[in-house]
Order: sequence, then structure tokens, then C-alpha cells
Amino acid sequence: MSLPPLPESAIDIGAFAADWRSAVALSGAALTRSGAAKPGYSDEMIRMIENHGPYVVIAPGLALAHARPGPQVITNGLSIVTLSEPVRFGHAHNDPVRVVLGLAIAEGGAHLAAVAAVANIFNDSSAIDRLADATSAAEVQQIMGVTPS
Amino acid sequence: MKIVTICGAGIGSSGVLKVNAERALRALDLEATVVAADVSTVRTVAADAQIILTTQEFVEAIGKTNADVIVIVNLFDTSELKRKLEDALG
Repeated sequence: MSLPPLPESAIDIGAFAADWRSAVALSGAALTRSGAAKPGYSDEMIRMIENHGPYVVIAPGLALAHARPGPQVITNGLSIVTLSEPVRFGHAHNDPVRVVLGLAIAEGGAHLAAVAAVANIFNDSSAIDRLADATSAAEVQQIMGVTPS
Repeated sequence: MKIVTICGAGIGSSGVLKVNAERALRALDLEATVVAADVSTVRTVAADAQIILTTQEFVEAIGKTNADVIVIVNLFDTSELKRKLEDALG
């Protein structure tokens, strides 16, 4: 299995978020636009961070927002929001965030191949900066290795 | 050897940690089973683990354990993973 679907509708370039909650809500809204998740998924992703802290900021400048598989997930999907102004999540090392990757996974267990595909992209340390600087959805898809839909 | 990666949902961060830990282990020519899990299951999943890989936020919740708890800052930095795994296993 490769990367979860990342259609143009799930990409939001140069969005403004006043705080980390807004940034995560934008990534949830993108997943809703693409049909991967229901609107309530944003709140679930925000709750994960409220409960466990800013650990979702998994690399400098990058947050991987997600919640568990459940009724708010419709199908596997990825969203990417790039922020016009970097947002602090409260992470000791990896703040501020410029790119929010939203992930919806429909069933536990089958997700690791999808996560591995994401890891493959970001093991190239320039990928986060290139995404943050992207000026179009097509450019984001190209960086992510997705054929534009 | 068993290594457990821990995050909040057992999907995102722990999945990335698992994939990159396996990559680092291959580079170090070490063999281990790497299991991703969420923090609520750490007691059972990590009962027989030698190493727990996680991020700073979960250290307190993991609490007392016989495993070495290794904190990773940049989950995509395989050189950080390699260095810290080598230190723990060396």
C-alpha cells in the first residue's frame, strides 16, 4: 500500500491559523473536503493533543495530526495545510510548525504501510521546507509523489 | 530483542518511529522485533521489551519499566535513531 489519497481538495496552501487548534482544525476541514473524514474528526485530533501534549510535532516545522480509527473516519486519507505564519504547538524542540499533515486511518492494523510511505518522503530532510514553500497544490502533490488528480 | 514504540494513538508517531527504527536497525546490522502501540497498552505490550522508543510527552505516563526508555526528538532523523539505539545497545 502506498500513500493515502491526497487529492487537491485536501491541500490548503498558505492558510492562516491563529493558534495550534485552528491549524489542526484546518487540516481536519481539508480531510472533510476530500471525503476522508466527518467534521467531528477535527475535534478528535485536537483532543489527542490536549490529552497527550504536542508530541504530534514529530520533526522541526512538521505536525502529524491524527486521531484513532473510528466513526468519524470515512476512508483513509491525507491532508496538507501549509501555514502563512508559523504556529507554536508548545513543543520543546520542533516548534514552530509550518506544515500540518492530517491523517485519517479507517482501520487499525492496515495503517503501517501508509505511515511507512509518509516516512519515506520525510526521511528526505528537505521535504518539510519544500512543502512549506510550495505555491500550488500541484507542487505539494509532486513533492509527496502523488499524481495530480 | 523486542522494541516497542509508544505514542498517543499507536498509529501516527509510533508508526513513524517503528518504520524508522527498523531502518536504523538494518543500518546497524541488528535484529529486533519492533511493535507500535499506544501509551494505554504500554504495561502489557512492553512487559518483555528491551527498549521503548517514544517522545518526551510519554515518558511520565510510561512510568517505571525494565526497558530502556529512549526519547526521540526528530522522528524522521534516522541518524538520531541510529546513534541513540547504538548507545543503548552498545
